[in-house]
Amino acid sequence: MNAMVLAAEEGQSPLFPNGWEMLITFVGFAILLFIAYKFIVPAFEKVFRDRADAIEGGLAKAKAAQAEAKAARDEYNQQLESARLEAQKIREEARSEGEKILADFKDRANLESARITENAHKAIEAERAAAVVSLRDEVGTLATQLASKIVGESLNDDDRANRVVDRFLADLEAEQGRTGAAR
Amino acid sequence: MNPALRIPAEFVAPSTEDAYLPPFFEVGSFAFGKHSLLILLSVVLIAAFFMYVVRRRALVPTKGQYLGEMGYGLVRNHLGRDIIGEKDFRPFVPLLFTFFFFILVNNLFGSIPVLQLPTFSHPGTAYVFAAVAYVVWVGVGIKRHGLGHFMAKMTMPPNVPKVLYIILIPLEFLSNMIIRPVTHALRVFATMFAGHMAIMVAAAFMAYLATEVGGVLGIGGSVFGLVLGLFIYFLEVLIQILQAYIFTLLFAVYVQGALQEGH
Repeated sequence: MNAMVLAAEEGQSPLFPNGWEMLITFVGFAILLFIAYKFIVPAFEKVFRDRADAIEGGLAKAKAAQAEAKAARDEYNQQLESARLEAQKIREEARSEGEKILADFKDRANLESARITENAHKAIEAERAAAVVSLRDEVGTLATQLASKIVGESLNDDDRANRVVDRFLADLEAEQGRTGAAR
Repeated sequence: MNPALRIPAEFVAPSTEDAYLPPFFEVGSFAFGKHSLLILLSVVLIAAFFMYVVRRRALVPTKGQYLGEMGYGLVRNHLGRDIIGEKDFRPFVPLLFTFFFFILVNNLFGSIPVLQLPTFSHPGTAYVFAAVAYVVWVGVGIKRHGLGHFMAKMTMPPNVPKVLYIILIPLEFLSNMIIRPVTHALRVFATMFAGHMAIMVAAAFMAYLATEVGGVLGIGGSVFGLVLGLFIYFLEVLIQILQAYIFTLLFAVYVQGALQEGH
């Protein structure tokens, strides 16, 4: 029989411990404490720490990615803005250029037309002058022939004929001047 | 011998010695019995379980690892960090872990058929645990504050008229330094012992009524004994878990009290 059982049967208090059981308990406790200290706790702590790191790392990474995306968007917006300004400037330049070209062409056309008009005037003037001269000759001859037929006297005498024609023409011009003034 | 096995003609209630079975073998005065076997078995079970579930150290835990983390996290966070405090709890985690799971598994042995012996119903086991706890919390207290200041902390509560210290110092010393470790040990021992006895009584009662008394009354009484036994059994499971928690919780509270600054 066990010493403990004997002791209990002898009326030993149940609070009286068995030394060997205490020793076994202490040894078992020490072994488990050693295993916990050496293996179990470090393993679980490592898992917890790694997990915390992974979560925090993930969060940090996400934050970095967000910041990067924001920077990219800002840059893009800036580029877009500058491109818009550039386009505006180019449009403005093109318009002013166009206006300048148009004005140039207008000026040149005006000059050309003025020149053409002037040339035309000059030609007309020259032709008119020529016409006046030839008319005067022709009218003179015709009038002289007619007058000699009527008068029956030769007006072939050039001096006389010229005087007559001149007087006639002077009269004609004077009359023309009157009607022009009246008009 | 056990009355549940050997039915007497007269009802004999099981007594304390029935909690002690004969040993498997003896070497001189050293007797290796069921109790010692269970102690060693608990060490193997706890170490094997926790080392197995955490073998992969996976960030995304498997079911087993999750269970292990829950158990470990309960001790580490609720008993360690929340009570001892963020600053100091880390060195105590292995000790808290060992206390809690060692006591838990050994208590639950009392509710597992065939094993059916809560090892803490033998007082020596409880004494060893309370002694280790006592040495540790007194040790860290003296190491932190020095012997004199630590003793002052333990025996001189603040905000008390000086005259009262004549009474208070002996009382506080008795309460904190002597009664505290004794109750720490007896609490877990007594609950385990009483639970074990209650189950034995219910079982003996049931067996006696069924086999010795017999008849309608005996069978009916036996069924009552069975119901009573089952009730006590589940109550015991609850108490076994609770006592493991309380022992470790109290240890954490003692450590916190020994470490805290101020008076």
